[in-house]
Amino acid sequence: MKMRVHSAVRRVVNWGMTGLCLTAVLMALMPLGSILWLVVSKGARSLSISFLTELPAAVGESGGGVGNAIVGTLYLVVLAGLLGLPLGVGAGVYLAERGAGRLGSAVRFTAEVLGSVPSIVVGVVAYGLVVATMHRFSALAGGLALGILMVPTLARATEEMVRLVPHTLREASLALGVPAWRTTLSIVLRTAWGGILNVALLGIARAAGETAPLLFTSLNNQYWNFRPDQPTASLTVQIFNYAISPYEDWQRKAWGSALVLLLLVGLLSLLAHFTRRRSAI
Amino acid sequence: MTAKLQVSSLNAWFSTTQALKNINVEVAANRVLAIIGPSGCGKSTFVRCLNRMHELLPGARSEGRVLLDGEDVYSKALDPSTLRRRVGMVFQRANVFPTLSIRDNVLSGLKLNRVKKNYQEVLERTLRQTALWDEVKDRLSSDATQLSGGQQQRLCIARALAVEPEVLLMDEPASALDPIATAKIEELIDELKSRYTIVIVTHNMQQAIRISDFTAFFCMGELIEQGATKQLFTKPEKQQTEDYVTGKFG
Repeated sequence: MKMRVHSAVRRVVNWGMTGLCLTAVLMALMPLGSILWLVVSKGARSLSISFLTELPAAVGESGGGVGNAIVGTLYLVVLAGLLGLPLGVGAGVYLAERGAGRLGSAVRFTAEVLGSVPSIVVGVVAYGLVVATMHRFSALAGGLALGILMVPTLARATEEMVRLVPHTLREASLALGVPAWRTTLSIVLRTAWGGILNVALLGIARAAGETAPLLFTSLNNQYWNFRPDQPTASLTVQIFNYAISPYEDWQRKAWGSALVLLLLVGLLSLLAHFTRRRSAI
Repeated sequence: MTAKLQVSSLNAWFSTTQALKNINVEVAANRVLAIIGPSGCGKSTFVRCLNRMHELLPGARSEGRVLLDGEDVYSKALDPSTLRRRVGMVFQRANVFPTLSIRDNVLSGLKLNRVKKNYQEVLERTLRQTALWDEVKDRLSSDATQLSGGQQQRLCIARALAVEPEVLLMDEPASALDPIATAKIEELIDELKSRYTIVIVTHNMQQAIRISDFTAFFCMGELIEQGATKQLFTKPEKQQTEDYVTGKFG
């Protein structure tokens, strides 16, 4: 009889706790769901082939698109990746393989501090380094700002990925007479590669969503631009400009651009998800 | 009978703990030396000192002399990588490279060291030596992790043989395997000793009796007794050895 009371109490507590956890999950998902719904419902109307491929139209003109901003964002992200990926991945590999000493902790601490610097401050740094010296806004400055932003998270995440590689694999390679540096490159990095690629894609996706550091580095451009020393359009800055404008057509286009950005970032995250599943460890 | 390896006054530490105390051993060429002793007695540390793997662990260091064919392996002039190509190693747990195919696992030592060889010949020879060829010849390109535990361990031995070492160190190579896989490894060791000098760490005294010519008994970081295997197991000189081999302690 006593046992039955006990199990009844347990069952009620079990239900209660499951219910509480479920509520927490739903509450956490609600903002995400509503953002998705809002962007899709308001942005879907603007989506069309011409919206994705054409240059922006002037106020009052109908039509026009954000083709140059899509290309601009991709361009900036590629520049950022070229600068940020080698630095971030390299630092991460160093931290994992050789980071036990004082220099390692210094690098780790610096990465932590850099990681908590607001992105707009990083934008100011890129402004000072590139815009002020070249006397013009440029894609290079924007790429540099995004690249710097990628480094700290990339470094720490790469370190984690490399640390996941079992020590026994390093020993196996070293015992074959393979030098340490080649063991790191050919065995450790190769084993951790899926994880690092996943981290890199997520970092790129995050960089694609940055606005603040681009406002005064890559600025904006009404035309196609493929030169690194010229200002370039980007989806985020375009959204910002359209959204704060008083014109209803532009505000509609802001929603449309937001949806495009969301799809782009979502695609990258999805890609990252699949690389993760394919990785070997 | 010539000594392939001569170890004299070897001491080894993990930070402040001394793991090996004044070890003196000779390993005869083309013979099998078994290292036995209770857990934590320094067996693994001893073999890892022979190919300088011990010093890779944080805080680990060693002192003393290890001569390979009369050449000091701890000399500054000798690159540890060169030494490890001459003194190969097989570990307790099979550690195949999970991102590489069966073929590339076997050839990894050659390819990573940029050694040009007839790869196909090496592949077939080492896989035949380890009795794997018939089991894997139709799936050389598939992932090495798909093999069973025993097959993976034999693949690791094939990988170690592919770089053509002179000495093969084996750190409890069969301790994670079932009796059938163990028997295959033991058979293999018997075949290999005509061409290689083998030092094998084992927990299993029956195994030491079956496969080794000489045995060294370690306890608490000290070498208690060494000699011909038969002698050591039937007429040990020290009481401690007798207690261990008869199962009274350890």
